[in-house]
Amino acid sequence: MDMGAILSILDATLRLSTPLLLACLAGLYSERAGIFDIGLEGKMLAAAFAAAAVAAVSGSAWIGLMAGMAVSVMTACLQGVAAITLKGNQLIAGVAINMLAAGLTTFLGQQWFHQGGRTPALGPDGRFGAIQLPFAAELSGVPILGPIYADLISGHYLLVYIAFAMVAVTAYVLYRTRFGLRLRAVGENPKAVDTAGISVNKLRFQAVLITGLLCGLAGAYFSIAQGSGFGNNMTAGKGYIALAALIFAKWKPVPAMFTCLLFGFLDALQIRLQSAELFGIEVPVQAIQALPYVLTVVLLAGFIGKAVGPKAGGVPYTKER
Amino acid sequence: MSALRPLPRWADIALLPVLNLILAFLISGLVVLMIGQNPFVAMWAIVTGAFGNGYNIGYTLYYATNFIFTGLAVALAAHGGLFNIGANGQAYVAGLGVIVTALALDQTHWLIVAPVAMLAAALFGGVWAFVPGYLQAKRGSHVVITTIMFNFIAAALMIYMLNRVLKPAGVSGPESAMIEEAGRMPKLGQFFAPFNYTPVNFSIFVALLALVLVYILIWHTRFGYSLRTMGANPTAARYAGISNSRMIMITMTLSGALAGMVAFNEVLGVQNRLVLDFVADAGFVGIAVALMGRNHPIGIGLAALLFGALYQGGNELQYVISGLDRTVVVIIQALVILFTGAMEGLFRPGLQRGFALFSQESRAEALERSTVKSES
Amino acid sequence: MSEINPQDPQRPQPAAASVPASGWAIELEKINKRFGPVHANKDIDLKIERGTIHGIVGENGAGKSTLMSILYGFYTADSGTIRVNGEVHAITDSRHALALGIGMVHQHFMLVDNFSVLENVILGAEDSGLLKPSLDRARKELDRLETEYDLEVNPDAIVEDISVGQQQRVEILKALYRGAETLILDEPTGVLTPKEADDLFRVLETLRAQGKTVILITHKLREIMAITDNVSVMRQGEMVATVKTAETSPEQLAELMVGRRVLLRIDKGEAHPGKTLLEVQNLVVADDLGIVRVKDVSFSVRAGEIVGIAGVSGNGQSELLESVTGMRDQRSGNVVLNGNPLSLKGDDGAARARAAGLAHVPEDRQRMGLVTSFSEWENSILGYHETPTYGTGPLLDIAAAKREAAERIKTFDVRPADINLKGSLFSGGNQQKIVLAREMERNPDVLVVGQPTRGVDIGAIEFIHNQIIKMRDAGKAILLVSVELDEIRSLADRILVMFDGQIVGEADPATATEGELGLMMAGVTDRKAAE
Repeated sequence: MDMGAILSILDATLRLSTPLLLACLAGLYSERAGIFDIGLEGKMLAAAFAAAAVAAVSGSAWIGLMAGMAVSVMTACLQGVAAITLKGNQLIAGVAINMLAAGLTTFLGQQWFHQGGRTPALGPDGRFGAIQLPFAAELSGVPILGPIYADLISGHYLLVYIAFAMVAVTAYVLYRTRFGLRLRAVGENPKAVDTAGISVNKLRFQAVLITGLLCGLAGAYFSIAQGSGFGNNMTAGKGYIALAALIFAKWKPVPAMFTCLLFGFLDALQIRLQSAELFGIEVPVQAIQALPYVLTVVLLAGFIGKAVGPKAGGVPYTKER
Repeated sequence: MSALRPLPRWADIALLPVLNLILAFLISGLVVLMIGQNPFVAMWAIVTGAFGNGYNIGYTLYYATNFIFTGLAVALAAHGGLFNIGANGQAYVAGLGVIVTALALDQTHWLIVAPVAMLAAALFGGVWAFVPGYLQAKRGSHVVITTIMFNFIAAALMIYMLNRVLKPAGVSGPESAMIEEAGRMPKLGQFFAPFNYTPVNFSIFVALLALVLVYILIWHTRFGYSLRTMGANPTAARYAGISNSRMIMITMTLSGALAGMVAFNEVLGVQNRLVLDFVADAGFVGIAVALMGRNHPIGIGLAALLFGALYQGGNELQYVISGLDRTVVVIIQALVILFTGAMEGLFRPGLQRGFALFSQESRAEALERSTVKSES
Repeated sequence: MSEINPQDPQRPQPAAASVPASGWAIELEKINKRFGPVHANKDIDLKIERGTIHGIVGENGAGKSTLMSILYGFYTADSGTIRVNGEVHAITDSRHALALGIGMVHQHFMLVDNFSVLENVILGAEDSGLLKPSLDRARKELDRLETEYDLEVNPDAIVEDISVGQQQRVEILKALYRGAETLILDEPTGVLTPKEADDLFRVLETLRAQGKTVILITHKLREIMAITDNVSVMRQGEMVATVKTAETSPEQLAELMVGRRVLLRIDKGEAHPGKTLLEVQNLVVADDLGIVRVKDVSFSVRAGEIVGIAGVSGNGQSELLESVTGMRDQRSGNVVLNGNPLSLKGDDGAARARAAGLAHVPEDRQRMGLVTSFSEWENSILGYHETPTYGTGPLLDIAAAKREAAERIKTFDVRPADINLKGSLFSGGNQQKIVLAREMERNPDVLVVGQPTRGVDIGAIEFIHNQIIKMRDAGKAILLVSVELDEIRSLADRILVMFDGQIVGEADPATATEGELGLMMAGVTDRKAAE
């Protein structure tokens, strides 16, 4: 492979890992607060649809983005009411959210736009364009570093840069702020938080809302940045890969970024290659597709390291009497 | 003091699910109304589309067959306190077992093919669920996450198998060879004219039998007793000498085997070959069916029929109201899962309070109890 | 200080600003608290002098923890008044209590295990949105507190990596960091080694020397005598006495604690012990957290005798019971049933114990002995569902089980006599009868009984006691564990006293006095030798 080919795979890696990363960070907030979220997929899908639909009608990518985030946050609220206020089963709430999003997006898409569930193709204003970083053209002549800057780092959608910036923001919030401290505490030992006089449910709701916001960004990326319109089930299970990445990264922001890059790279690889040779044995492309899931299962089983989630995860908090 | 008296049995079994269902229908109705259609017309279209004639009923029963299997799979695991979210993957992989045995034996007779294929389906589906069960029992990994991952691994595996292994020469799409006529499961239409041209086949009897067998297993065997003990109170199970780890592995295997029966219906009875995504999310419908049916075979039978009718009626909807189709059923299904599974707290406390207020008997009883307690 | 409206639940200024040099730090008046039918605190009056260590003793369930939780704002009292530094306050939540200068060290620490000491200290008491300033201030403040009170902890250590004793220091530091003037410690030495306990006492003495007030809840009389200035005794939800420690004795306190209750007279003939049926050899058992709870315990129970294990709960009895009955793996040592060592490996040891002729009436019937969502007849076969009585092959002979349940429900006079009623709908006494019927009617060789009459009404107690005696007279070996001293005294033929995971003494119920047993239960064993 020459430099160009490598750069193009890495370029694709960045593009493909962006929604994973946003969703993964989204999941990080609620799971760190003790809410298992298998509804990332549904929130992304709902956001993707809302963003594309509103962008198509308004002709503005920004309004579309806002709409996507708003819908995702509303979905997160519903999940929060079920899982926090009503102390329902968090996992079943997630399943329901995913199904609801799949049904509603298809249904409304068909009803509103009559294009087999697709939203109308977006014009240049309706979607986010690639951003050329300063001096990209000028520096492209510089050997090695020039092409890396011009072709790999520059020229992505705004949301790509936001996603990677969010890694730093999340790490900062989680480890350097009062909110982060309490968030981490409530996922580990909600009773300690309660006896310190902080409301467990309020804190968990805040976390779930942030999850909604970030899922909104991830969903909008699919339909108004990477794509130019919404298509049926366009998130295609990425929410679950993000969940796998979150576990693989042991619920930490920086490892989450590397895991998402790895999973994005595997995705880029399998799109480019039909099969790969490894030590003379042909590796089918499906094996590469399944690798993130297999790795997660192996990690969860404790065969390589050990992934132990937040201790209070999955359990609604009830003040005992 | 915080615990309200539990609901009467009938309210728990029938009233609560029906209330949740009504709420789900109401909201879906609002969605339909929102797009400017009459929900009652839509409702009627679904009912006639599901039960209007033999053809419709045949399709309804065909869907119900799948949903009985996945509903039972989810319910059996639920009795042991396990959430099997991987019925989809288990059913998908079971397709391999069915197609391999069917293609090997299809020169003989379906009466020979069917039992072997059924065992193969159970075996493949069972193994696909055993692994998450083993990992939960012995390695402590959460069965929910593992079964989700196994759904995706199954999808990748099946794409590979269909594209590279099972695809016969001269076929372009990712699908296996057809099973010979002799080896196919007979369709009910061959014996009962109104069901002509519908996919409902002999597997529906397997499904009905499975309902009975699972009922017996859960409530009339030592295994079922142990299963329910583990699900209700794992500490009591340990006290009773029940090995929770062994029970988890066996239960998951049985659950996967039940899910695998979807492949038996679809591959041997309907498609007569292995195709991509033949499971069509039946595993997730199973979650709704099990929740709605309160994990009881009778409830599951009824809920499967309900969802079968919704799926079939939903298909017919588009011919009555242009633009409305089955996706509205997916919405209903999601709402049912939401209300019966995750928002149980919505109606239950109110109902309990209502019953406490209006039931003379329980009021007298409560009074009596409180006086006895305070005296001692 | 007079600007503060006493009824105002909003944050008053820290009490530190306005503490008079002496007088009452805390005054509780006519405090009442009910949990449903349980009257946990009855008209409690209590005054705590500032700058002293005040002990509160009492048996389990006497209402000590409830009272302190009311003071700390975790529960709200049904009636009564609380005065802090002479002013009436309606303490609404823990935050309010903290603001009034009341801190609490819970029996189970309220720490986040994967946080550093520093992070735990500031949690909920951060100065601003960013952590850095809070952490810096806390680091300085901890430094000061550590030297002032001799409470050395590494502020950057992760809590799960440090010892239990250190974790407790973190809890104390947390309270002091929040400006606590009065510190409540709930059974603080329960999880500590003797060395750590001594260290803790030194810290408490320093606190007192610095003018802080300490309330120490414990059931260990040795600690009360060693460190407190005043002591209050609670029994069955009531405050029975408050005395100066210097003017009392362990004997007097033990008597106050246990009370002069009328001993239930049980018609019990002479025991005729036969061969040894149950033998426990050098048993060492750890709990779920890996803390060793049973430390090298050996004893044996012979046919036709009742061996009673007395002790305050939490001294390893639960783990001993679970291990003897096959529910819990041992670290080392053996349980020998009928001459054969019982294998405790795996999670189905209880089945092997039953097969070897052991029956088990567990301490906690709700959590273990019953499945509350099961009907009475289903509960009546729990643990025996694999036996041939209920059919051959995989099928359960429900008719046989129901028949048998219907008979037993009559023999044991369970009310209501409805075998289809859910377990949760029976009263405590009747639930216990269901368990007893199941375990006793199967003719076991060894019967292990934990807390047979906990939460059981008087009428049922007599019945249950008589059943146990009947089993003994039928030649069964019976191991009885109870925190009710009179129950042990009236039933057992031999009494073993368990304290801190060990059998600290054996007594003859005919000759041992309540005082002697009470002292042993409180861990005072060297007293006789000393005198």
